[in-house]
Amino acid sequence: MSAVIEQRTERPAKAVSAVVVAGLRRERWYRQPRLRRLGALLAAGLLLAVMTGEQGNGKDLLYSLRGTLASGRLWVCLGLGVVAWVLAETGAPLRAAAVRLLAPVTAPIARGGELAVRRRGVRVTAALVGLALAVFVPLALSRATNQVLVDWVGIYILLALGLNVVIGWAGLLDLGFVAFFAIGGYSAAFWTGHLPVKPPFELNPFLVIPVAMATCLIAGVLLGGPTLRLRGDYLAIVTLGFHEIIYLVAKNSDGLTNGSLGVFGIPHFSVGLGPVQYRWKLDPLDYWWLLLGLIVLAVLVLRRLEHSKVGRTWAAIREDEVAAAAHGVDTVKYKLMAFAIGASTSGAAGVVYASKVGFINPENFPLLYSVLVLAYVIFGGMGSIPGVLLGAGLLAWLPHALKDVVDQKDRFMYMGALLVVMMIYRPQGLLPARRRRRGEPTPARSSVQTGDAQ
Amino acid sequence: MTTTTTATGTDEVVLEASRVTLRFGGLTSLSEVSLRMRRGEVLAVIGPNGAGKTSLFNSLTGFYHPQEGRVTLRDESGATHELIGRKPHSVNRLGVARTFQNIRLFGALTALENVKVAAETRERSGPLGIALGLPHTRRADRASGERAEQLLEFVGLAARRYERAGSLSYGDQRRLEIARALATGPRVLLLDEPAAGTNPTEKLELTALIRRINRELGVGVLLIEHDMRLVMSVADRVAVLNFGRVIAEGTPAEIQRDPAVVEAYLGAEAAQPDPEEVER
Repeated sequence: MSAVIEQRTERPAKAVSAVVVAGLRRERWYRQPRLRRLGALLAAGLLLAVMTGEQGNGKDLLYSLRGTLASGRLWVCLGLGVVAWVLAETGAPLRAAAVRLLAPVTAPIARGGELAVRRRGVRVTAALVGLALAVFVPLALSRATNQVLVDWVGIYILLALGLNVVIGWAGLLDLGFVAFFAIGGYSAAFWTGHLPVKPPFELNPFLVIPVAMATCLIAGVLLGGPTLRLRGDYLAIVTLGFHEIIYLVAKNSDGLTNGSLGVFGIPHFSVGLGPVQYRWKLDPLDYWWLLLGLIVLAVLVLRRLEHSKVGRTWAAIREDEVAAAAHGVDTVKYKLMAFAIGASTSGAAGVVYASKVGFINPENFPLLYSVLVLAYVIFGGMGSIPGVLLGAGLLAWLPHALKDVVDQKDRFMYMGALLVVMMIYRPQGLLPARRRRRGEPTPARSSVQTGDAQ
Repeated sequence: MTTTTTATGTDEVVLEASRVTLRFGGLTSLSEVSLRMRRGEVLAVIGPNGAGKTSLFNSLTGFYHPQEGRVTLRDESGATHELIGRKPHSVNRLGVARTFQNIRLFGALTALENVKVAAETRERSGPLGIALGLPHTRRADRASGERAEQLLEFVGLAARRYERAGSLSYGDQRRLEIARALATGPRVLLLDEPAAGTNPTEKLELTALIRRINRELGVGVLLIEHDMRLVMSVADRVAVLNFGRVIAEGTPAEIQRDPAVVEAYLGAEAAQPDPEEVER
């Protein structure tokens, strides 16, 4: 009897506490995934409105923001966000229908593409078609466009190929890569006799290329020798320091490099072998083809290395340095090799750049360019040659392609936004390498943990 | 124990540690450890956790540098080499290969590439020869590829050669580590708990594999293992380590009877039918 009474009094108490607990557990309305996605899209819309809005103004700091908030463009952008949200939330049946409708067309293409990429013949054909386009299309482009093609796209593709060896294959984070580009440029100035210090004999820029590559090789070994024992972050800081040293030496030693005034009159490339007489002049097309030749050469050599003992050993060091050493790999030697090969590629680019522009000063080699090249490599896909070619080509081209579309000063902002979006949704890059884990960074095994803690 | 044997004989002493002492600051991890292993034998090192087994392995392979003692390796020609003070890769080149307690494969490479990398460390081709595509580099590449295939066949992983090492099953990863270590052409193979985390069937296969490595390939095997059944069935001799000292050495039968060992190590397990369960 008493038990029954107890139960009766207990039940409502339990029910109340259950309601309270449920209330506490219930998610806040704004935490619902659906609404969070709406919030994110609205924020993106607002950002877009601000980005495409008026330029800021030094006297009135909030001028641009006020303009944006008062304009109808804000509502258009927010509306775009809402439309995107509605499509994402309710569009599933629509998308499924579209996929089903297009399946007969897309599926064979996707499958064929998948198969084709594995076939050697298809890959070679694709490379040759790409090369043919690269050779002939610039003929139809304007001179200004071709300038961009040489000064930015061509040079940066060569730099990215070199950095890819260091970071993509050997897994060494090098933030001072442009230092070697500078060494290449100043080598060109030195060996053509345009520095305050005179060379023993003057060379044609063509002959400077191998000399500059050797110089960069030695510089790479000199920098790498004492520092490649360091790993990861520490090495990155050391390379940063190296860049700073090269930059400041170039800037401050007036008697050696002419300081911040720079070097003028570095001659163009020329060939003078009997009947074959040719001088590269101001026409960017000549330089484009020269760069193309160097890029093709670099790709051929690097491809061979990638699929050889050297490439496999680099991958092994990147994956697990301790295990590689335990299996007879002289890790310091192979890391030096990667560093030196990357550096000498960069040196070749430096010579071409100096000779093409004819004028270099330390401001041509800021730290920012190292970071840019790094971004190009990661954007394209670390460790993948086609990825690096595509990534560097696209990204180096992007600011100039945007020139007529958006405000001049905003160009690099769009590139930054693109990088952010890319790293969130496709961190492995445009054309990722087979030998890298998809989507996940390589494990940073930094200590010699070879067994139980003792 | 006499060491006067021919260089090709299986009685020949290949690896000898004498009075090796390893300290970390004030902590003595190994204290006057002496071991002598012959080419034709499987020598097991057992001992409780923290006894210094892996420290011993790391001292033998160049990862740790003991403060006192000597570790000598005898090569094909009969010459002896001091191993202490050498770097890991140079120890490996002399003929000491190892596996790791926590598997350390090159996860993003295929099984075949893992073994090939190790085989290739003995090639002499350099980057210039490779870039120019010189014939001897191509020959070397083919040769080490074939060798890697043979070794994968030997450990029973031939069917998985094109799979990424990181996606192999645990037991397969253990076997791949052994194949990779063998690819460096060692005289002595150091296996650090090769049976950890494998199932009973895989343990049986592993026992057979260790025997074949020893008998068919003529590689001396130094084995750290907690699974007593495996140790007792595969080892020719057993050394027991406790608190960084060798407290007993002898055939498995002798070790099982040794009172000091029973007290230090086996005692707790004598009552337990399956020592594995105790380890977990």
